[in-house]
Amino acid sequence: MSKRSSEHYVAPVDENEQIEVDAVRLGDRRSNLWLDAWRDLRRRPLFYVALTIVAVVALAAAWPTLFTQVAPNNDCALSLSNAGPEAGHPLGYTRQGCDVYSRVVWGARTSLSVGMLVVLITAVIGIPMGAIAGFFGGKVDSILSRIGDIFFSIPYFLAAIVVMSVLADHRNVLTISFAIGGFAWASLARIVRAEVLRIKNLEYVTASTAVGRSRFSTLVGHVLPNSLTPVIVTLTIGLGAAIVAEAALSFLGIGLNTSVMSWGNDISQAQVTIKTAPMALFWPSLFLTITVLAFIMLGELIRDALDPKARARR
Amino acid sequence: MLRYILRRLLQAVPVFLGTTFLIYFMVFAMPGNPIVALFGDKTPNPAQVAALEAQYNLDQPFFMQYLLYLKNVFTGDLGTTFSGRDVNTVLADTFPVTLKLVLMAVVLEFFFAVVIGLISGLREGKFFDNASVVLALIFNSLPVFVGMFLAQYFVGIKWGWAPVTVGRDTSWGAMFLPALVIALTIYVTGMRLMRGSVIESRSEDYVRTAYAKGLTSRRIIPVHIARNSLIPVVTNTAASFGALIAGTTITEGIFNIPGVGNTLYQAIIRGENSTVVSFVTVLTLLYVIVNILVDLLYAVLDPRIRYV
Repeated sequence: MSKRSSEHYVAPVDENEQIEVDAVRLGDRRSNLWLDAWRDLRRRPLFYVALTIVAVVALAAAWPTLFTQVAPNNDCALSLSNAGPEAGHPLGYTRQGCDVYSRVVWGARTSLSVGMLVVLITAVIGIPMGAIAGFFGGKVDSILSRIGDIFFSIPYFLAAIVVMSVLADHRNVLTISFAIGGFAWASLARIVRAEVLRIKNLEYVTASTAVGRSRFSTLVGHVLPNSLTPVIVTLTIGLGAAIVAEAALSFLGIGLNTSVMSWGNDISQAQVTIKTAPMALFWPSLFLTITVLAFIMLGELIRDALDPKARARR
Repeated sequence: MLRYILRRLLQAVPVFLGTTFLIYFMVFAMPGNPIVALFGDKTPNPAQVAALEAQYNLDQPFFMQYLLYLKNVFTGDLGTTFSGRDVNTVLADTFPVTLKLVLMAVVLEFFFAVVIGLISGLREGKFFDNASVVLALIFNSLPVFVGMFLAQYFVGIKWGWAPVTVGRDTSWGAMFLPALVIALTIYVTGMRLMRGSVIESRSEDYVRTAYAKGLTSRRIIPVHIARNSLIPVVTNTAASFGALIAGTTITEGIFNIPGVGNTLYQAIIRGENSTVVSFVTVLTLLYVIVNILVDLLYAVLDPRIRYV
């Protein structure tokens, strides 16, 4: 035994070489996926544009009084119906004679609440469904994936139409978020499943099981955190899509109650007078579009930044 | 191939059962009286209530109700609309219109995706490329009803180039504007696929070889680059065809196009919930069927899929 082990070849330690390698490494900047992505994002002007829009919308949602002193529904007078802009009311009046600017500012809260709730619901259902299906495989995967297929096969906007039509007496931010998020999670689950399938056979996952971590703890501790990249992108873009879905449902008259300040409601009410008072239709549409654009742009920029191939091409 | 088709059809069975069950469940397992809910804020008329109770077999236990409802759906009995018309008759009248609109939109989408994607890919990083990528992002974020209103206001009302609404005249010309707006809001994905694969194939060996042989760009671009980049765009276009069949409700509503989506739109606006449920079921089933056909089309186009 001892004779044999003495035959093992041991490479001579050349300390200088090691030091040189270390020196080179030390001079390099630290590098990982997120750091690289962040460096890339910081160089892109569109990233700042999107971030600023999101920040302003978030501010308006949290403290609308920062932007407008006019209470959104108080001073409505039918005599002012569709009146043009004047001092203190820069965007004119709605058909009901309410201040357009104030309603648009207060509408940000509704849109953002629905967007964030939908994202939350989508994540809470979609991530576990996809992760468990992908990681444990076999029968569990078959069952969860078939359930996902069913939800995936109903276009989520149509499903939300049914739910909101039937819930005539309970149309509020919570129910509309569940109506949208309750069906939108299926595509996220598919993405998470694919990502988990890719990661679960990598060496560090095998190593984690080898050192005695339980399967579940490996999933939560190692697999999930590494599969979050596409999730973040999907959810950011999904937030924009959820805001559109809420506006579209409100536009159809089955979204939020008409008393709620919502861009969709304002668009719905102003569409009747598109010929005579197009501006009342234009402003909520513009704010809706810009907000959605900002979220989608942010998602796409993060996706690009996280993709080394796309980065190299630029 | 036959095995693939059979497997794909078998996979669709649980999806069919599941989707119809979900829709049924959403309506009939909600708290309160479902018949009252189906009437929305309208006062139920006793004859209609009796008709609905008979249609949905409310005297049976929940699961039996669903099975009987399923039997009706699969034997082609989709019930009647609020005004008493047979849903099948309404479908026969409206589906061709929707199909026409969607076909036109999809053809335009394919055209934009291929042409813009090709030019963008060939001039990667130049002005046209950057401009088209930003423009695509804006079109992509434009909520479809905002796009429709912009088109309606400028093209229809202000400049008077097209009728403001479509109405009875469902000729290709009358529906061009809504189809164009749909195409503009969805061509982005296809354009990116085209652009990406054009950029990739430009650096392929066979393209370099073609240049080395002395061929000109006029031959290499259409034959060596464009043709090889088309497959993902075709696939994407087929998928958007499926999504559009079930997704023209708002478009048809705003432009008053007498298609399937508009029937649903009118029912939603009037709160005629039983009609809403029937048409959502119909559109969902159409969506599932179109997606199966699209999958089978892939299998024909791409032999690799059959062995997966």
